[in-house]
Amino acid sequence: MTEPLVELRGVTVSFPGVEALQDASIRFFPGEVHALMGQNGAGKSTVVKVLTGVNAPASGEVLLDGESVVLNSPAASRDLGIATVFQDIELGHRLSVAENIMLGNEPRGRFGIDWRALRTSASEQLARLGLADLDPRTRLDALTPPVQQLVAIARAMVGDPRVVLLDEPTSSLEPADVNRLFKVVRQLRDSGVAVVFVSHFLEQVYAISDRITVLRDGRVVGEFATDDIDRAELISKMLGQDFEELQALGSQRRAHQQDPEGPPVLVARDIGRDGEFEATHLELFPGEIVALAGLRGSGRTELARLLTATDRSESGALLVAGRPVTRSGPGAGLRRRLVLSPENRHLGGVIESMSISDNIMLALQANRGWGRPVSRQERQETVEWYIEVLGIGDVRPETLVGTLSGGAQQKVLLARWLATRPRVLVLDEPTKGIDIAAKLAIQKQIAHLADEGMAVVFISSELDEVVRLGDRIVVLKDRRKIGELSNGPGVSVDTVVELIAADDDTA
Amino acid sequence: MTAATMTESRSSTSLKDWIKLRLELLPTLAALVIFIAMVIYGEVAYGRIVQMSTMSNLLINNSHLIIIAVGMTFVIITGGIDLSVGAVIAFTSVAGVMLTNAGWNGWLVVLLMVAMGGLFGVVSGVLVQYFNVQPFIATLAMMFLARGLASMLSTVPERLAADASILALATQFKIIDGPKVNDLIITPGVIIALVVVLVAMFLLHRTRTGRTVYAIGGSEQSAQLMGLPVHATKMWVYVISGLLAGVAAVVYTSRLGIAQNITGIGWELDAIAATVIGGTLLTGGVGFVLGSVVGSLVLGLMIVLITRDGGIPPEATTIITGGILLVFVLLQRLVLARQRD
Repeated sequence: MTEPLVELRGVTVSFPGVEALQDASIRFFPGEVHALMGQNGAGKSTVVKVLTGVNAPASGEVLLDGESVVLNSPAASRDLGIATVFQDIELGHRLSVAENIMLGNEPRGRFGIDWRALRTSASEQLARLGLADLDPRTRLDALTPPVQQLVAIARAMVGDPRVVLLDEPTSSLEPADVNRLFKVVRQLRDSGVAVVFVSHFLEQVYAISDRITVLRDGRVVGEFATDDIDRAELISKMLGQDFEELQALGSQRRAHQQDPEGPPVLVARDIGRDGEFEATHLELFPGEIVALAGLRGSGRTELARLLTATDRSESGALLVAGRPVTRSGPGAGLRRRLVLSPENRHLGGVIESMSISDNIMLALQANRGWGRPVSRQERQETVEWYIEVLGIGDVRPETLVGTLSGGAQQKVLLARWLATRPRVLVLDEPTKGIDIAAKLAIQKQIAHLADEGMAVVFISSELDEVVRLGDRIVVLKDRRKIGELSNGPGVSVDTVVELIAADDDTA
Repeated sequence: MTAATMTESRSSTSLKDWIKLRLELLPTLAALVIFIAMVIYGEVAYGRIVQMSTMSNLLINNSHLIIIAVGMTFVIITGGIDLSVGAVIAFTSVAGVMLTNAGWNGWLVVLLMVAMGGLFGVVSGVLVQYFNVQPFIATLAMMFLARGLASMLSTVPERLAADASILALATQFKIIDGPKVNDLIITPGVIIALVVVLVAMFLLHRTRTGRTVYAIGGSEQSAQLMGLPVHATKMWVYVISGLLAGVAAVVYTSRLGIAQNITGIGWELDAIAATVIGGTLLTGGVGFVLGSVVGSLVLGLMIVLITRDGGIPPEATTIITGGILLVFVLLQRLVLARQRD
């Protein structure tokens, strides 16, 4: 076997109160795609940050070509040939595509930076990713997140790095873009680059990786050749024992089919917005989970915003318990107890610099008005109740939300909305980017809420989740509703996919 | 054949595309349009605006503002602010005049003035970069410090001796000898301002340091993760701003021949106004040196027009400055909103 190109030997990284990585030893070989798997908080991103020079190890060492190296800044890491594509798109959003790709590597002539050469080199990098038709002069913020992600990848390729770290590069990519990315990853691998691939998508990991290292709670569980480990085993390595429970939940829901009964709690009569969502009729009944299925960009978020009166509908009317909602805006919806939990938990959700307790109480207090403060006792009871019920973890109410893992942050967000006792709860991608155990807990909670009589609208990109949870599935495509399915034993992911695909033929 | 069709299709949509690609240029172009409109209005209403002597004086009287506005442009593009420049000018010019009168070599004093400005910049930069102080607070502290030091040196106007060599920088060279007093005049001070502008443009648009300045303004964290030298560059922008405050002090003192501890009160705000009018976003990431030059000239021309009008009380000047500033900020908002569509 060849020598490892990069090696972590006994690396420990600690943050105040947390050991993010404990005594981790991982080897990355040239000409291999090495996947890092594990739940949120398992330490995958920490491994990436150590190799990028963002987090310095408290003990242990990093070896490159068998020699110990010091990685104390992203620049130092880059100089040693380690390039990184970060989970959040870390680029200059007001700069052009060309500049973003070449920043720090600008070709220079006698009169400083040679802009013509810069654009040419940038175009070459883009062409490698099959983006030859993208004008390198375009400003980055004019592009969609998937294309921005590809630009970040193009940037990583500059200067022919020896190690490429991809931290969740596919989380905002469409399947076509994923294939495009994988083609490049294979090219890199074949040219002898060590590729490190961090992802939540099991299938992608099996499609692209040669070797898998599983992490759990900051420790390395083991290193496996991808061909030698099957999916069930991999999942159980990541989780321990929760796997059975996941399957149990699926059958349980199927037994609890809920049919619409009684008067609808919310009637959306031909609501729509020009250019955002075609006028649509939709009714929500208490005790029902309505899942919105559709690809990214099919108008799921737009419909969610209309349903909760966050955005004003340009046509039709929105009726809550028979009474029309006339005003719009997040506050207006909240007053009628229509609650939207937005997709991006960083931009529209938790406030990281505030405590768990403050985050949970925020919406309830806003809804009551600032003149009627929530009493200390009520506050304490509410917060402790949700921390326990949602399984936010072994935390104190005054812990800052920013220090929690993604899954726990999502639960805090859920608790905030639940505290307002909503009639209609719209959850936009509540399980995005969180680990399976947290997903499970949130799915369970959603099912439980519906049982208590709340109308829940559930949006997810993962169709198996949609089918498992939804009593009714509303299928969206190209910013309109193309159909509704009553969920039952005969409905599967394929049914939904077929519906979306079939619509294509008639169009 | 393919090449020909490609160029053709490019040119047919090029104007629209170009506007789309360079939307951030719009406020700067608007500033230019306003400047030209002010010139035309002034010429029609009062006369004697479009002539060589008026334009020469506009440059001569505003070269110090242009210089500090250029420095401010660097700072603001990174998303910071430098409130100390006015006070730094006061301190360096008072110190410079006193040293000259004490018999020091004039050119050595000029170098010292620039260096002292740079030193204030270094302190601001260290505070911002290594002690994590907000730029507003760090440079506010420098402002009080420099103003106080200037007052400790002297509280009365310090006059340069008539034979001081620094005065040579204000020598008026006639380039074109027009009829009567309508001459095209240039001073070394104006040339210094022009050189500053050219060097700044080169730095910002043609060096990696310059591009890092823009990247920091876009997102400091991203710039850091992209492996750019964020620390050094953030230091540099405050040092550049300080150095240019020193240069502006030299140019201004040479023109007036007097320095006083109350010189330059509010100039930092003029420089910020000029920068913003010229299309630099206060949140950072977008901006042009030439825009700041136009912004300075808009402010300068406004004062000329108010003087010519005679009917507008000089006290109203700041109201008009404020109005223009507001219009430009609203324009930037509009452009940003358009971009999101």
